[in-house]
Amino acid sequence: MSGTVFAAPPETSGRLVRLVETGREPVRFVLDGVERMALAGDTVLTAILANAPALRQAEFGPERRAGFCLMGACQDCWIWQEQGPRLRACSTPVADGMRLLTRTREDWP
Amino acid sequence: MTEPRVVIVGAGPAGIRAAETLVTAGLRPTVIDEGARAGGQIYRRPPDGFTRPPATLYGSQAGKAVALHTAFDVLVAAGRIVHVPRHSVVALADGVLHAVGDGGGHRIGYDRLILATGATDRLAPVPNWQAPGVYSLGAMQIALKAQGVAMGRRIVLAGSGPLLTLLATQLLKAGAQIAAVLDTAGLRGQIAAFADLAVRPSFALQALAMRARLGRRYHAGVVLEGIEATDSGVTAVRWTDAGGQERRTDCDAVGLGWHLKAETQLADLAGCRFAYDATWAQWLPCADRMGRAGDGVYLAGDGLRLLGADGAEVAGRLAAAACLSDLGLPGPDVAADLKRLDRLERFARGIARAFPWPADQVRALPDDTVLCRCEGITAGAVRETAAYGGAEANRVKSLGRAGMGRCQGRYCQLAAADLIAASGGLAQAGDVGRLRAQAPVRPTPVRAWLEEG
Ligand code: FES
Repeated sequence: MSGTVFAAPPETSGRLVRLVETGREPVRFVLDGVERMALAGDTVLTAILANAPALRQAEFGPERRAGFCLMGACQDCWIWQEQGPRLRACSTPVADGMRLLTRTREDWP
Repeated sequence: MTEPRVVIVGAGPAGIRAAETLVTAGLRPTVIDEGARAGGQIYRRPPDGFTRPPATLYGSQAGKAVALHTAFDVLVAAGRIVHVPRHSVVALADGVLHAVGDGGGHRIGYDRLILATGATDRLAPVPNWQAPGVYSLGAMQIALKAQGVAMGRRIVLAGSGPLLTLLATQLLKAGAQIAAVLDTAGLRGQIAAFADLAVRPSFALQALAMRARLGRRYHAGVVLEGIEATDSGVTAVRWTDAGGQERRTDCDAVGLGWHLKAETQLADLAGCRFAYDATWAQWLPCADRMGRAGDGVYLAGDGLRLLGADGAEVAGRLAAAACLSDLGLPGPDVAADLKRLDRLERFARGIARAFPWPADQVRALPDDTVLCRCEGITAGAVRETAAYGGAEANRVKSLGRAGMGRCQGRYCQLAAADLIAASGGLAQAGDVGRLRAQAPVRPTPVRAWLEEG
């Protein structure tokens, strides 16, 4: 997989707006090969959408997806990690060093 | 006699009060919950490190939220409850639950089961609701409460029900920009239901005050025509106002929801009977007033009747009391709670009538509207399947896949039922039959089953 690129400009800005609780500890993670920042206590969904407009590509349509229910019911937010199993972004806390993908893993059949 | 194993699924208001009632009677129940910390959706607690006080998070309900959280935490700390957080129950059979968490799967045996599984948003499809930036109203509330974020810079909230105006005022207060609040319920119906709502005058007054705070953003009696979007997300909502005028509101996020839909998959797997409830416009499990729903199975909270958080606390105590009495153990006096339940149900049915399911809007959906967000199945495809396969929900599901995606029909079932009923010339959505739940009720890695001990 691609290596980490530091301080690359974001492709597009994030979807969500942080309104409150912004004084938490920063967490670094990697999204599609680029290092990004989140805050401790963010879910993976929050962490990604603070940096990008969507989480993944839909399998059955042309559009991208950005989650829907945020309570583990709709299953819209499953994404790939560079290593290891897929995860449900709305119910998984982000952790330092996570390497997340908004694309399908290329080695996946 | 060995102590009976009582397992509660769900640690919201119903599950917490059920657990407390059992502990008071000397039992040590197991409580399995998907959340990291008990509280449920409405009293959901933010992760560690968040600092807003309960008054900010829960408003006028802060006292109730804190009381529930404290009651549960104290019992867990004292070892009186076995708490299994961050686990989903995905299947059950023959007195054994299958729960899956980060560490894999567990089997948990039970003699008596109390299901307090709550509810999800009840969703009606709107053309292009699969675009990124469309969320359920509940999702937007979770984002605000548990993460401190707004899901967009300029938000349109649409649908109907108490959460619509509540969420709008909560977001405004937190500094979010709300472009419009579009209520598909007309004012006339809202006023007609007011007599029932007046059973809880403080609630009714609060709702009016909230409505006033929204001012010109709030529109009643609208029809949602569609959502416009580009590849990176939502750009506008098109709607028709009560006067028949076509309108368009720019935005980058949309919240949708029409009140609540009971989360009933586990009740279904446990063998509970169901009936279509015309007021709530959905199938609900059958139980007696205490929550007895079959052999050793009890239901409580929004997964049984959509009474909201106060009703869930009452129902949780009642279900536990029924369980204790069936075990031959002394339990609490339930007379006062049964009265409360009646009053809360009258109120809740008034709410359901004031903010109805938008059946006409659903039946008029254009054929190319995506009905199933999981697999992109359109309204037209469902109509076609129903036309040649017959107006029965499970046939349409097996022939046309509507309801077979990974949300298991949670978000398309009711709209599909309306389309199927219309196609078959049936009067109400309930006549098309109910989709049966299948295990696992959440997607489950095969690994979790292989490793299961
Ligand atoms: S957004 Fe629905 S399961 Fe994550």
